[in-house]
Amino acid sequence: MKIIIAGCGKIGSAVIESLAGEGNDVVAVDKDNAVITELTNVYDIMGVCGNAADCDTLTEAGVSDCGLFVAMTESDELNMLSCFIARKMGAENTIARIRNPEYNDDSLGFLRQHLELSMAINPERGAAQEIYNILKFPSALKIETFSRRNLELIEFGLSDESALCGKSLTEIRKKYDAQFLICCVQRGEEVFIPNGNFVLEAGDKIGLTASMSEMQKLMKMLKSLKKSAKDVIVLGGSKTAFYLAQLLENSGTRVKIIEQDEARCRELTEELPFATIIRGNGTEQELLMEEGLESCDAFVALTGFDEENILLSIFASIHNVPKTVVKVNRDELAAMARNMKLGSIVSPKEITSNILMQYARALNNSSGSSVETLYQLFNGKAEALEFKVAAESKLTGVPLRELRLKPNILIAGIMRGRRTIIPSGSDMLTAGDRVVVISSKNRLNDILDILK
Amino acid sequence: MNRRMVFHICGMMTVLEAVLMILPLVTSLIYGEKCVYSFVAAMGAALILGSVLMLASKTDDHVIYSREGFCITALTWVIFSAIGALPFTISGEIPSYVDAFFETVSGFTTTGASILRDVESMSRGLLMWRSFTHWVGGMGILVMVMAVLPTLTDRSIHIMRAEMPGPIVGKLVPRVRQTATILYIIYIALTLLQIVLLLAGGMNLFEAMVHTFGTAGTGGFSSKADSIAGYSPYIQWVITIFMFIFGINFNLYYLALIRRFKSVFTSEELWTYTAIVFVSVGAIAVNIRPLYDTLGETLRHSAFQVMTIVSTSGFATADFNLWPQLSKCILCILMFVGACAGSTAGGLKVSRVIMLGKSVKRELKKMLHPRSVSAVRFEGKPLDDATLSGVGVYFALYMAIFLGTFLLISFEPFDFETKFTSVLACFNNVGPGLGAVGPTGNYADYTAFSKIVLSVSMLLGRLEIYPVIFLLSPSVWLRKR
Repeated sequence: MKIIIAGCGKIGSAVIESLAGEGNDVVAVDKDNAVITELTNVYDIMGVCGNAADCDTLTEAGVSDCGLFVAMTESDELNMLSCFIARKMGAENTIARIRNPEYNDDSLGFLRQHLELSMAINPERGAAQEIYNILKFPSALKIETFSRRNLELIEFGLSDESALCGKSLTEIRKKYDAQFLICCVQRGEEVFIPNGNFVLEAGDKIGLTASMSEMQKLMKMLKSLKKSAKDVIVLGGSKTAFYLAQLLENSGTRVKIIEQDEARCRELTEELPFATIIRGNGTEQELLMEEGLESCDAFVALTGFDEENILLSIFASIHNVPKTVVKVNRDELAAMARNMKLGSIVSPKEITSNILMQYARALNNSSGSSVETLYQLFNGKAEALEFKVAAESKLTGVPLRELRLKPNILIAGIMRGRRTIIPSGSDMLTAGDRVVVISSKNRLNDILDILK
Repeated sequence: MNRRMVFHICGMMTVLEAVLMILPLVTSLIYGEKCVYSFVAAMGAALILGSVLMLASKTDDHVIYSREGFCITALTWVIFSAIGALPFTISGEIPSYVDAFFETVSGFTTTGASILRDVESMSRGLLMWRSFTHWVGGMGILVMVMAVLPTLTDRSIHIMRAEMPGPIVGKLVPRVRQTATILYIIYIALTLLQIVLLLAGGMNLFEAMVHTFGTAGTGGFSSKADSIAGYSPYIQWVITIFMFIFGINFNLYYLALIRRFKSVFTSEELWTYTAIVFVSVGAIAVNIRPLYDTLGETLRHSAFQVMTIVSTSGFATADFNLWPQLSKCILCILMFVGACAGSTAGGLKVSRVIMLGKSVKRELKKMLHPRSVSAVRFEGKPLDDATLSGVGVYFALYMAIFLGTFLLISFEPFDFETKFTSVLACFNNVGPGLGAVGPTGNYADYTAFSKIVLSVSMLLGRLEIYPVIFLLSPSVWLRKR
């Protein structure tokens, strides 16, 4: 499928990398010639230099026969305009990045309808939602939810004293009376889809699926349940901070936002009546201590500088803050930060490229059992995908153990109506089920792709 | 430097050359010639060398940068020429290997400079191979492979950029592979069209193919001693027009195919190229009018010679050695200019000439108005300074290499005109020059040393200098990234 990406900043480039890697024909549009040159040198894509809302530029990019047009420029207005023009010039689907909170209220529906947008993406809101999920369940490094939170996939690291270390998966399953499945393990740089004989070690990061209630039960048994955060310090008054504060306020959590810029502070106080807004430099340790860093439940670093975020969250961990969340945009730094066991790392870039990949795969698929949700796990080394089983096929009515699956594929959960099933070998799929599949080293467009 | 990847790709190319030799092999089988064995031997050599290179340098690291792109391109062209020369030597029809190498480099670089004194005594299989090298070299060897084989690396744009002529190489469509395929489809379609038109003019299939390959690659090898002069005016006109067609940037054909005619008709390079051709034809026609009987004949000879030089082909219908000085002078200038970027022609390329002219104009203006701010526009878009300085540096290198080559062959016992135009014709991939290397002459009397110097200058001209320089520079090879 031909995909045009207009605006190739940090997020745009990440999206280009994943979409071109999936075999799509990608055309990059940016007003900066140097950016285009760099991108065309590294990826097998075409570059067009120009204004994304200019018809001539769009014609040159071949908008009339493109399957998907994505606008990711700095400006929301330009994104909306260029998507609108692209749609009028023949693009089949358009996606705009719209991140200004003023557009992200009730007016979004109106905009989407009248600009004929297929989707509006808001990476900041996505990041805020992800941070919120983590703060509600601080034991996890990362939480992904499927099918309206009927099934959750959590990632967490095993510490030395964890009860799971040194046991094989079969033993673990016998020992704990709960419906869950350990579906992927990262050891060092490698990701495994484990079988029953796999023995866990301290330092592994594991991915585990279970329904929400079972998850709580399991964590209690493992004695690693931490209470959800009630007192949160947020560093940096960015858009993400705003969305996060909104979510936390609504659930009754106390939020403190530290921001340097006076005008921004004023804006935040006007929009967030219940949050405490502190004006000051968050890198000053004195200030952090004064604002009660040592007594808060969670520390979220959301400044525009990855390095600052990482360093300050180290500072917070030293002062025994139980949970730290760091926003890191650059991949290299994120990898380093993960090695430093910093707590949870959130990358708006990754969230956006997840959504776009999911959308592009659904468009590439023709048979109807398309990808409903897609998450990249362990830094893109594995994926969790949710499919809807559309009709009777080779997959349905056969016990799972008799299905001949490709290597590195695991069925990690089945949602049938309101029931969530953690599958064993004797379970069967039926039409209408939603299935969560974990896969590494495979690219799945369709549920039938899991078969050999 | 990812040396393994460089050698791996070169090995693959070498195997490909064995495949390409099937065409001359079949030709010589049809005519029942003895040179069949020389092709079998050369194919065997190519297969063995290629497989060894490929297997010995298998690697998982597929990442290449522009440095590797340059080296892959230059090395492939050298290997192709070295192996392509084998059939000539093995068959004994060109006994000296240096001569055969010169002839093959001249073929692949679409120069058309020959050391053969008697073309018509050559066996047809070898003549077919000689002309087929033009066709292969015209659009590019590696571009062909990119069209056929699955993508080797995401970064093959570096190879394409090193091989395709012109100051700016872009893609037509997102994928390198599709771009290469589109270029080759256009190339093949135009080639077939010309073969059909030549057949309609009464040529036999063998000669039609030989001359079409020579035109398509803008090479200029013919199977006749008097080149095109012995053929009917119809055939001469067909070849004239196709030389013009193959001198146009192939991107424009693609734009025409997807119905973006506006971009085609507003192409600055195309209009300048057309203007250069028409003005030159007119001027030469007036100049040589007394030599020929009718106006039609005058125009035909003038147009053919201008096209053959400007497209850097090197066919001939008249011995322009005998023409007045003005005409010869115009032809020499045209040798420098060449045709459009992105075509199969050689020379500096019209687009570079335009950019050079415009930057000169800007500099002059800056001297008069030191504070003026102005941009150089090309094809309606302002050019960035990197491209402009790139063109300037290219021109400086071009002149330096031209003069250097001239100096290296200056000891030869020929007159000034012969030596000067030999370098001019080889470096710009034209073929025939003036004096002893004119349309009726050849390069046979040069010493082996000069033939090698001229072969290198042909490669420098075809690959636009940089790849060959990087191939020869030790620092590129010694450094590990």
